[in-house]
This record gives sequence, C-alpha cells and structure tokens, in this order.
Amino acid sequence: MAEAVKQLPRIVIHEKLCKACSICVDFCPTNVLELKGSVVAVRNLEACTRCQLCDLRCPDFAIQVFD
Amino acid sequence: MSATTAAKKKLSVPFDYDKYLRPGKLPHIWCPGCGHGIVLKSLLRAIDKSGLTKDEICMVSGIGCSSRTPGYVDFNTLHTLHGRALAYATGVKLAKPELNVIIVTGDGDALAIGGNHFIHTCRRNIDMTILVYSNFIYGMTGGQFSPTTPVGALSNTSRYGNIEPVFDCCDLAKASGATFVARGTAYHTLELERTLLAAIKHKGTSVVEIIDECPVYYGRNNKFKSVTQMMEDIEKNGTVSVKQADKLPPEKVQGKLLRGILHQVERPEYCEGYEKLIAKAQGKG
Ligand SMILES: Cc1ncc(C[n+]2csc(CCOP(=O)(O)OP(=O)(O)O)c2C)c(N)n1
Ligand code: SF4
Ligand code: SF4
Ligand code: SF4
Repeated sequence: MAEAVKQLPRIVIHEKLCKACSICVDFCPTNVLELKGSVVAVRNLEACTRCQLCDLRCPDFAIQVFD
Repeated sequence: MSATTAAKKKLSVPFDYDKYLRPGKLPHIWCPGCGHGIVLKSLLRAIDKSGLTKDEICMVSGIGCSSRTPGYVDFNTLHTLHGRALAYATGVKLAKPELNVIIVTGDGDALAIGGNHFIHTCRRNIDMTILVYSNFIYGMTGGQFSPTTPVGALSNTSRYGNIEPVFDCCDLAKASGATFVARGTAYHTLELERTLLAAIKHKGTSVVEIIDECPVYYGRNNKFKSVTQMMEDIEKNGTVSVKQADKLPPEKVQGKLLRGILHQVERPEYCEGYEKLIAKAQGKG
C-alpha cells in the first residue's frame, strides 16, 4: 500500500443548536475552533486530536467529532 | 488492536445522545453556556453504561431551569412542583419499586423550599438517585440567592453581598442518612459520568451534588468575564478530587470543594422494609 495519507476527523456542527457560548472554542487544547458570528466554525482541522472535549462540554448537543 | 488504540477508537466515536432524547425537542431552553446541558449529557452516558432500558427509568423533577430536564428525555418522566420532587419520587418508588428513580433538582428546589423532603428522603434511605444542580442561584426566577450562594457573593437579592452561611449539600445528605454521597462538576464531564453511574448502581439514597454554572445570573452578578472563566475558577480550580486531597499539601486543599464519592455505606433500604411489613401484615412474613 502507498504511504498512508493522514486521515482527518470530521467535525459536525449543528448550527441550529449552537448558541455560541464559546466553551468548545476556549477549551479545545489545539485551537481548532473559532466563533464566526453566532455559530462555531472549524478553523484548523489538521490540528484536531479527536480528544472529544468539545463534544463532552458542549451544553447544546451542537458539535460532534467523527473519525 | 492494542488496548490504547482500542481506547482511542472508542473515544473517537461520538456518543449517540439521540437514543435517549425525545425527538424534535432541541434546542433546549437553557441559556448559552448554562451547565445544565453538560450535566444532562454526562447523565445520559452514565445511564447508557448502566444497561438500564428507557422504560426502567423514571425521571422526576421539581421546578427550576434544571428541573426542565425531564422534558427532553425519553424516559418515564414527571415534572412536579417546586421543592416537591422527592415527595413525588417517593410515591413513584413505593408504587413501582422496580423502577429506577432519578431526580433532577436545583439547589433552590432541593435545599431551600424542598429541604425538609431532602433530609427525610435521605433518612429513609429510599433507593433513588438525586442529582442536585448547584449553580449558587435561583436561575429560573431571575437570580435570587439560594442556600448555596457563597458568603459575600452578589445576586439580585443580595446587592451588597450575601450574608447567609451556605448549606453544604453533601454534609447535609450524609448527616441526614443518605448512604451514597458524591460531588462532581460540569467541567469534569467524564468523572461526573463515572460518579453518576456509581450513584445509579448504589442501593439506597444516592445524592450527587453537581457544581455547574449559571452564566446569566450568577456569572454576570459576580463579574465573571465569560462562562469559560466560571468553569475554570469555580469548577476546575475551586474543587479537588477526594483521591488527590490526601496527597496534597493542606494549603492546596483548603477552601476547595471535594469531588468524587465522599461517603458510601450499606443500610436497610426503605422499600424492602416496606415490602416485608406488608408480607408480615398479610400473615406471609
Ligand atoms: C411554591 C413555589 N414557590 C416559588 C416558585 C418560584 N420558583 C420557580 S423556580 C424557583 C427557583 C429555581 O432555582 P433552583 O431550584 O436553584 O433551579 P435553577 O433554576 O437554578 O436550575 C422558584 C423560587 C414556584 N414555582 N413555586
Ligand atoms: S476533538 Fe479535541 S482537538 Fe478536536 S476540535 Fe474537539 S476539542 Fe479540539
Ligand atoms: S460549546 Fe456547543 S453551543 Fe457552545 S459554541 Fe461550542 S458548539 Fe456552540
Ligand atoms: S437562567 Fe441560569 S440556570 Fe437558568 S437556563 Fe439560564 S444560565 Fe441556566
């Protein structure tokens, strides 16, 4: 097999549920997320370690990280 | 697959909360950053791990922002009166002891207006799990101080600083006879999940005080810059795990709330005693 390409995670943001509280942005250890207006957005997917902290602490069921 | 890869693999699949939520009810009513949603997610993961089916659970609440929780979950649910969740829950448990009764109640709901029900439920040791959401304030009614508001803290009814000493929910539960007493926070979500699972499994009255945040009334009144700062100052830096407390120098523990299982003992459970009494009265015992 050719050299394995680094598989990026898939971050799903449920925009209708996000209340832009910034908890996920502030606690993400590698600064993957940012607030864009009234919703959260991904700014640096490459840095995501799949730690799930954003999902665990989101009060609004608004963010999920898939492998 | 090595154990670590397996653990990583497991962690990278998001938990399916929809399994336990009533369809079409989100977004919930809680304000941006309110800790109640974080606690609900820890509870749903704990319930999933417990292996209980949705029909085997009855969730009971009083009135308050936290008490809105049963409206979102797909269990048997009962949203009752302010301060009276435990009285209803006792009725449910006595009528249907096979149900797993979980109560969600605010610090005001449980410890102020419901304080009497709280101590007597603990005294009877009825098999149920009580989650007390301590956000140091009455959220729903606009930020009045509660029995957990720290001395000196500002609320909309303590404009010059609260002068009432606080109730320590865990000390109160233990002194009243609860056989499982623990504390967690919204910040420590995985630890809270484990604590809640242990509480659900325990036979007898389990009380878990959960330190969470009301950024709107407690946060703004007390000059927190953000919900993140509240979670860091109050939940992360204001608490210490009971497992670490012994190993730390006293100054690192002083003034902090202990997290984890603080008290667990065995004592006859009320419903079992009641069933024995029925059998005896019917001449079968
Ligand atoms: C008998 C009665 N008294 C007062 C109220 C008004 N009331 C509704 S919720 C509440 C307090 C809520 O605070 P808490 O239990 O701490 O929950 P939170 O909203 O902070 O989650 C009060 C005083 C009521 N509904 N019923
Ligand atoms: S999974 Fe972890 S690293 Fe990735 S965005 Fe979420 S918090 Fe950041
Ligand atoms: S924690 Fe949830 S609600 Fe808050 S900004 Fe992030 S995705 Fe949105
Ligand atoms: S008022 Fe406070 S406790 Fe109620 S939903 Fe808003 S943040 Fe949460």
